[in-house]
Amino acid sequence: MSAAPPPLVALVGNPNTGKTTLFNALTGLRQRVGNYPGVTVAKKSGVLSLPDSSRVELLDLPGLYSLAAASLDERVVIDTLCGHLSGTAVPDAIVCIADCTNLLRNLFLASQLAELGIPLVIVLNQADIARKQGLSIDTAQISSRLGGIPVILASAWHGEGILQVRAAIQTALERKTLMARLDWHECVPAAITILREGMQRENIAPLPDPELQRLVFDAASPILDRVHGDSAVVERLVKAARERIRQAGFNPFAVEALLHYERIKKVLAGAVSESANAHTLTQRLDKFLLHRVLGTLLFFASMAGVFASVFWLAAIPQGWIEDGFSWLIETVSPWFENQPMLQSLVTDGIINGVGSFLVFLPQILILFFFLALLEGSGYMARAAFLMDKLFSWCGLNGKSFVPMLSGYACAIPSIMGTRTIEDPKARLATIFIIPFMSCSARLPVYALMITAFLVPQIGEIKGALVMVAMYLVGLVVAIPTAWFLTRFILKTRAQPFVLEMPRYQIPKPRDVLWQMWESGFEFVKRAGTIIFAITIIVWALLYFPHGEEIAEAEKTAFVAEYAKENNLSSSAVLDALDAEKIEGGDNPIATALDHHVQGAYIEQSYLGRFGKFVQPVFAPAGFDWKITVGVLASFPAREVIISTLGITYSLGGDVDEDNEDLRSAMAKSTWNSGPHAGQPIFTIPVVIAIMAFFALCSQCGATLATMTKEAGWRWAAASFIYMTTLAWLAAVACYKFGTAIGL
Amino acid sequence: MRPLSSLTVGQQGQVVQLNATRPIDQRLLALGLMPGMRVKLVRIAPLGDPIAIEFQNQCVSLRKAEAEAVQVEVLVTREVFSA
Repeated sequence: MSAAPPPLVALVGNPNTGKTTLFNALTGLRQRVGNYPGVTVAKKSGVLSLPDSSRVELLDLPGLYSLAAASLDERVVIDTLCGHLSGTAVPDAIVCIADCTNLLRNLFLASQLAELGIPLVIVLNQADIARKQGLSIDTAQISSRLGGIPVILASAWHGEGILQVRAAIQTALERKTLMARLDWHECVPAAITILREGMQRENIAPLPDPELQRLVFDAASPILDRVHGDSAVVERLVKAARERIRQAGFNPFAVEALLHYERIKKVLAGAVSESANAHTLTQRLDKFLLHRVLGTLLFFASMAGVFASVFWLAAIPQGWIEDGFSWLIETVSPWFENQPMLQSLVTDGIINGVGSFLVFLPQILILFFFLALLEGSGYMARAAFLMDKLFSWCGLNGKSFVPMLSGYACAIPSIMGTRTIEDPKARLATIFIIPFMSCSARLPVYALMITAFLVPQIGEIKGALVMVAMYLVGLVVAIPTAWFLTRFILKTRAQPFVLEMPRYQIPKPRDVLWQMWESGFEFVKRAGTIIFAITIIVWALLYFPHGEEIAEAEKTAFVAEYAKENNLSSSAVLDALDAEKIEGGDNPIATALDHHVQGAYIEQSYLGRFGKFVQPVFAPAGFDWKITVGVLASFPAREVIISTLGITYSLGGDVDEDNEDLRSAMAKSTWNSGPHAGQPIFTIPVVIAIMAFFALCSQCGATLATMTKEAGWRWAAASFIYMTTLAWLAAVACYKFGTAIGL
Repeated sequence: MRPLSSLTVGQQGQVVQLNATRPIDQRLLALGLMPGMRVKLVRIAPLGDPIAIEFQNQCVSLRKAEAEAVQVEVLVTREVFSA
C-alpha cells in the first residue's frame, strides 16, 4: 500500500511581490519543474518541511492580480485552485503573498481567494522596505478582521519570517483557517442563484459558486469552456444574472472589484499607517532610465551588453566544450579501431550528438542570467515600456525585444527566453519569428560563399553589403510574418498591455543562479534528448549502407585517375599506397584516397541517395546533388553544411569556411550532365540562392526541438513548412533573377 | 470629462467612469483604478506610446488606446495655485 500523498499547498500572489524568492526560501533546492497537462505553462513545485517535521508539497503558481484570468498563466491558477487540472489535486491550503507597500491591491486577490473556501495564510512580504518607508502594519488587527487566519510579516529576501511562515502553514492545515468572506450586497448571491438554478433547469452540469462568480463577473470569462451546455442558453442565463446586479444599481463587470476594494479598505483602516516616502528612489531612477534620450541610450547600451555576452562571451566556454568533445573523440576513437561502424556510431553519432546540444548551454545560461537580472531588478517592465510602440503594431510587444535580439546569436536560448512575455499571442508570434533572425550558425555559410565566390568577382565592398543584406533579409520577412500571424491566424485573445512598473530592487543571487540552472537543466532534459535523437538518425542516414564494394569501386577509380594525372602506372600508385601504409605516418596519397572514399560513402548513403532523388526539387534554384545533400545533412545544425561539403568534395570532414582547398574545389566544380554540363556549379546566382536559402530555411533540429517543447509540435511543424517553403521560393527567385540579369 | 490618454505629463485627474466591459478595464479595476481614484500621468514613452500612470502608490504602463475608455475629470493641483 502506498502512503497518502503529502498535503498540497499553493503559493499565490501578485507579480513582483517576491514570490519566487519566498518559494526558494521555503523549499531550498528541493524543487522540480514540469508542465501542466495540455498547456506550456511551467509547473514548479517543491518539498517544504513544517515545524512538526511533516512534509508538504508547495506549488508555485504563476503571479496574477485577479482571478479574472486574462492569460494562459493566470488561467492555470484558477484551474488549479478549483481542481480542474488533471494530475493536480485541489490544494489543502493557499499561501497568499502580498507586497506590504501596496496592501490594498494585494489583498484584493486574497479577498477573491477567500471565496474558494480553502484554508489561507497571508504573508506580508518586503517588510524591510515597509520599515524603510516608515509604514507600520498591525498584523494582529488585520488577522482578526479577516477571521483569524495567520497573517505573517516577512522579508523573503533577507530570510526574515520564514520560520513563522512554516508554522503558519502547519496551523492552516491543522485548524483549517478560512478567511472571512466578503459580505456581498444581496444582489450578488441572488445573481449567482439565478445562474445556478437556470443551469439546473437546463440540465447543465452544476459548477461550484466561485466558478459561477467568474462567469457572471468576467466580461469574457476564460472558464466558459467549462460549461457543458448550449452556449446560447448559457449566455442567456449569464445575462439574466447580470441583469439582477444591474437592477441593484451596480455595473456587473465592476461590482466585484468595487466591493472587494471597499472591504479591504475597511480591513486596513487604522491597521496600516500612511507611507511617508513611497518609492522615491525608484522615481528618481526612472527619471534617468525612462528619459527620452538618456533612457533610450541606456537601453541600447544594456542590450548591446546582453548581445555581446550571448554572442562572444558564450563563445569561450563553447570553445572549451567543442575542444573537450574533440579530445574525447580522439581518445575514444582508437578503442574501436577494428569496428569502423561502432567507431563512427560512437564518435560521429553519440559523442557528437551529446556535444551538439551541450554546446548551446553557455548561451542559454548567459541569456537566462541576464533575463533573471532584467526581470528581478524591475528593469524588464521599463524596457518593454520604451520599446512597445516599435513592436505593438505588428502584434508583438515590448518584451519581444530581448529574445529577438539574442536570436541573432542563437534561436535556442531565445525561444526559451520568450517565457517572460505574458501575452500568449505575442509570445507565440515571437517564438515563430525568432528563427528568422540570422543566428551565428549561418555566419560560416555566408563567410564561405562570400569569400570564395563573391569577393573574387564583385570585390570586398559589395561582398560586405551582401553580408549585411543576409542579416536583414530575415528581419524583413519576420516582421510581416508576425503581423499576419497575430492578425489572421492566432485565435487567442490579445492580452491587454497593462504592465506594472515595479520598484527597482537588487535580485537575490540565489534566485538568479537557480533560474539559470533550471533553464539549463530543462533544456538538456527535454530539447537535448530530441537533438540527440536527430543527430543519431542523420548520422545513420549518412553512414549506411557503407558497403565494402563502394570503397573498392572508389579505390579503383581513384587509382586510375591519380595514375593518369601523374603519368604513373596503376600498379605504381597501388605500390605507393601499400608501401606508405606499412611505414605508417602521414601519407598524402592514402589520405586523399581516404577522403575520396568518404565522399563516395556519403554519395551512396541513404541520405546521399535521397539527396540525389530530391535534387530536381532544388534544381530551379541551381543546386546540384552535393549542395542538396549538404542542405539535408545540415538538419541537425546549419554549420554542418561546411563539413558535409568538405566530405562530398573529397577533402575530409575537418574543413572550415576558411579552407582554401574547399573554396578552390568548389570553384572548380562543374555540372557533369544535364542542360548545364561543363558549366561551373557555383555561379553568382547559385551562391546567392544558397545564402538566401540558409537565411530563411529551418535547417536546425535544435531550434525545432526547443520550439516543440515551448509551443507544441504543431507550431514546430508549421515553422518548418513555412520557413522551408519561403527559403525555397527565395532561392529560386534569386537564381532565376540573377540568371536573367546575367550575373 | 476627457479620456485618461489625453492628460499631459504631470497632469492629474480623478476617474469618473470606466466602461468595464473589456478585459482591459477589468484588469485596471483589479489594480484598483476605479471611479473616484486620483490618477497622474507621469510619463509618455519616447515613441509616443504607451503611457505610464501613477495611482494609489503604484506605477502602471498602458497603451493609449487602452487608456481611452477611462474618463477622468482633470484636477487642478494645489501646486499650480501656489506657483
